[in-house]
Amino acid sequence: MKTGRVNDFALKIGTVNGTGSASANGLIMQSIFRMGVPVSGKNVFPSNIQGLPTWYEIRVNGTGHVARTPDFDLIVAMNPETYAQDIEELVPGGWLLYDSSWPMADTLRREEVTFLGVPLAEMCVKTFDGGRTRILMKNIAYTGALAALLDMDMDVIRGLLEETFGERKRHLLDANFEAIRLGYDYATENFECPLPIRLEGMDATRDSILIDGNTAAALGCVYAGATVAAWYPITPSTSLVDAFTAYCGRLRVEDETGRSKAAILQAEDELAAAGITIGAGWAGARAFTATSGAGISLMTEFIGLAYYAEVPCVFFDVERVGPSTGMPTRTQQGDILLCAYASHGDTKHVCLYPKDPAECFEFSVKAFDVAERFQTPVFVLSDLDIGMNDWVVPRFEWDDEYRPDRGKVLDAEALAEIETFYRYLDVDGDGIPYRTIPGEDPKGAYFTRGSGHTKYGKYTEDPDEYQEVIDRIAVKIDNAAEAVPPPEIRSRPDARYGLITLGACDGAVREAIERMEAEDGLRLDYMRIRGFPFAPEVAGFIEAHDLNIVIEQNRDAQLKSLLTLETPASKERLTSVLRYGGLPLSARHVIAGVKDRLGLAAETAEGVGT
Amino acid sequence: MTYIAKPRVFHPSLEKNELGLTRRDYEGVMSTLCAGCGHDSVTAALIEAAWELAIPTHRAAKMSGIGCSSKTTAYFMSESHGFNSVHGRMPSVASGANAANRDLVYIGVSGDGDSLSIGLGQLCHAVRRNLNLLYIIENNGVYGLTKGQFSASADMGSKSKRGVPNEQPPIDPALLGLSIGATFVARGFSGDKDQLVPIIKAGIRHPGLALVDVISPCVTFNDHVGSTKSYAYTREHFREAVEAAFVAPKDFVPPADEITADIASAEVRDVRMHDGSVIRFRQVEGDYDATDRDAVYGYLRERQNAGEVPTGLLYVDPESRDLHDVLGTVDRPLWDLPFEELCPGSEALDALMENYR
Repeated sequence: MKTGRVNDFALKIGTVNGTGSASANGLIMQSIFRMGVPVSGKNVFPSNIQGLPTWYEIRVNGTGHVARTPDFDLIVAMNPETYAQDIEELVPGGWLLYDSSWPMADTLRREEVTFLGVPLAEMCVKTFDGGRTRILMKNIAYTGALAALLDMDMDVIRGLLEETFGERKRHLLDANFEAIRLGYDYATENFECPLPIRLEGMDATRDSILIDGNTAAALGCVYAGATVAAWYPITPSTSLVDAFTAYCGRLRVEDETGRSKAAILQAEDELAAAGITIGAGWAGARAFTATSGAGISLMTEFIGLAYYAEVPCVFFDVERVGPSTGMPTRTQQGDILLCAYASHGDTKHVCLYPKDPAECFEFSVKAFDVAERFQTPVFVLSDLDIGMNDWVVPRFEWDDEYRPDRGKVLDAEALAEIETFYRYLDVDGDGIPYRTIPGEDPKGAYFTRGSGHTKYGKYTEDPDEYQEVIDRIAVKIDNAAEAVPPPEIRSRPDARYGLITLGACDGAVREAIERMEAEDGLRLDYMRIRGFPFAPEVAGFIEAHDLNIVIEQNRDAQLKSLLTLETPASKERLTSVLRYGGLPLSARHVIAGVKDRLGLAAETAEGVGT
Repeated sequence: MTYIAKPRVFHPSLEKNELGLTRRDYEGVMSTLCAGCGHDSVTAALIEAAWELAIPTHRAAKMSGIGCSSKTTAYFMSESHGFNSVHGRMPSVASGANAANRDLVYIGVSGDGDSLSIGLGQLCHAVRRNLNLLYIIENNGVYGLTKGQFSASADMGSKSKRGVPNEQPPIDPALLGLSIGATFVARGFSGDKDQLVPIIKAGIRHPGLALVDVISPCVTFNDHVGSTKSYAYTREHFREAVEAAFVAPKDFVPPADEITADIASAEVRDVRMHDGSVIRFRQVEGDYDATDRDAVYGYLRERQNAGEVPTGLLYVDPESRDLHDVLGTVDRPLWDLPFEELCPGSEALDALMENYR
């Protein structure tokens, strides 16, 4: 009878980048997903094209907790350069699968680890021709060995390979399955399979999809009706525009002519990308740009223009580690303050913080609606973990009743009914003026400028006239608090403390809350911020708790700073748990940090490994 | 002064264009530039060209960056939308607007500071993108609003008002444009409206980016002896390479019945543009060919080395393909596409979801 830890383990695959391991790793991840088991895959990769170490981390958890964990039960070590590090990272009692075509140095051996040597290279050299094929097949072969060790469903694997290669690439399908067999058979013959950590089919992913956040955000842009995209290549946001381009190639083609209903412009730099986005928003299109923190830094002057001239536009910031070039292939939440106040002078911007690809899809549609309703730039702050990794999320749904909220736009007909049109006049008392689309009607013409202007749209250097407009814009942005997604709040009875977080930290923090309640009897309330300016509930949550621990992925506690600045909550009610080394957050670090802040454990957050 | 309302004078004798509009209908607010500024003459030429072309006033968009030159978009066509953006970034804003709405007439006005220093990159890439835009550089060799520093177009040895010579080589927008694939390159002089108006008209109609460098002297900071961008120097060294006349499609008479009343020379060549309009060149120089990029480049270098300022509609590519031709976008302006045509709907999404299983 099979025993052990079913559907609850973490494994990591260490390879060299440029060797084609991504498809093998994707196959493993997708197979587990198809078996109906909750899973996550995190690509930990270098900023390099070929030759440096790269890892793929998979966490399987039947209860749905699939945030990253640093505790690996099984490591597939395909890169001798990182053997020592990989062996070190295994939990006691863990397994190391390595290529035994070459001997492993005894000095690397660790007593509490079981070494599983599989002669992958040797078998592939015997079976396949051609250097490149052998390297690729070696990756597929370890997938086969894992299939045996973890009890993966071979029918599922076979099915996925068939979908990938189909009948047209029959020879590739056969070769791949042969490689799977090599690993599978070797493992079955030489080890006790499956291991105590293993998979068992479930039915938890039937209504889910496996998708990355950049693809999801791009799809949101298509559905929101965006027609102009401008960008400059930068990791980790490039794939967002790539996906938008691919979708437009399928979904935005005029039948009769084969021509495109979208303009995608690769700009010369991020400044130009911002300018194009703003120009297109001004001219009436739904326009966006996708970038990362370094790009936002370059765009800040333009962002101030869009704020002051009140031009709707959407900025996707797929955050990576800063400052400066930082670590371009690692994740962080380091642009919270940058985006909230981007540009010189008094500015404040609407920001949305999706937690996963499902919210990337939802919030990208929302972003265009809010941008047009409030005539202002809107930022969607995703990050590398959300944007570039595949997540299991509920299938996206679309309401065909949805129509874009274009906000207050006066067409020729509406203009005919008013005496004079003034672009920056607060007619309705809500801080939002009316705008017109260039070219629609002579009566709607106005002069857009980033220099001082009156509510009538005229140039000014008059103190009162200037203040009147800039104060009205402040009211407008404050009112956007009601339009951004409200915080997600989960309350437990009698909880004295609250945990506050945002974005991709969600999974790790919720797992930590459950574990602390189960293991320590600690009851904690939870609030995940989803938009800025903060909805009214945010301040209420903070006031309702003796202490709130703000968990975020940056050094300077940026969300906590923003909460301190933008809510009446007292500073004393807020403290921080911060992780910002570039890897996705894990529950272990949250637990250690929270207990430390609450004075519950000797172990400090800093004392817990990577 | 902008606070002084400009009187709208309508006299029955004012000439009307085919839309029934007078030149006054193409004016803007009162200029706040120095009396005698070359830029005001460029504004006048723009008004004349737009009136002659009978552009519906609200169907144009005026784009600019920051600087004296960029202010001028307020001084013409007040029934057009205008966008006075940020320093050196007009080209990207114009690119976005043009991407969203291909049907408007885009008139970009910039200066040598705005386009050749802070905005040099944006200028180059807008040229490469070849968006349908009239791109005027009002070129005076100095920064006016910050009180007379040399710009990147200042010639070697040209002296500042205090007598200090410029010792960095100039960036010549016409040579630059030619070298990076501009499909329309011209140089004019604010003091020669007769030459400038047809260039602007041709530039507006050109299906692509029309780069027009206009020597436009700064009377306050760069109109003294020793400056190579003064009125006097420009007049003295001005050399017309080629004379151009713009003939709108409806006015075009096939070459067989050619009437060349206004250009009295046998050396006339018509270059027909995509929209049927024609640019009629009169070769001032014997064998000047305004469609031969390399020859034009060589000619400019040669004349400049001889100390001259060659002017005219210097180069045009009749095969110009603009941004939308290259992108392959639909005819209808993107901003105006109905949402139903843009959103694939729930059924398509359901089908798409199967790809992510």
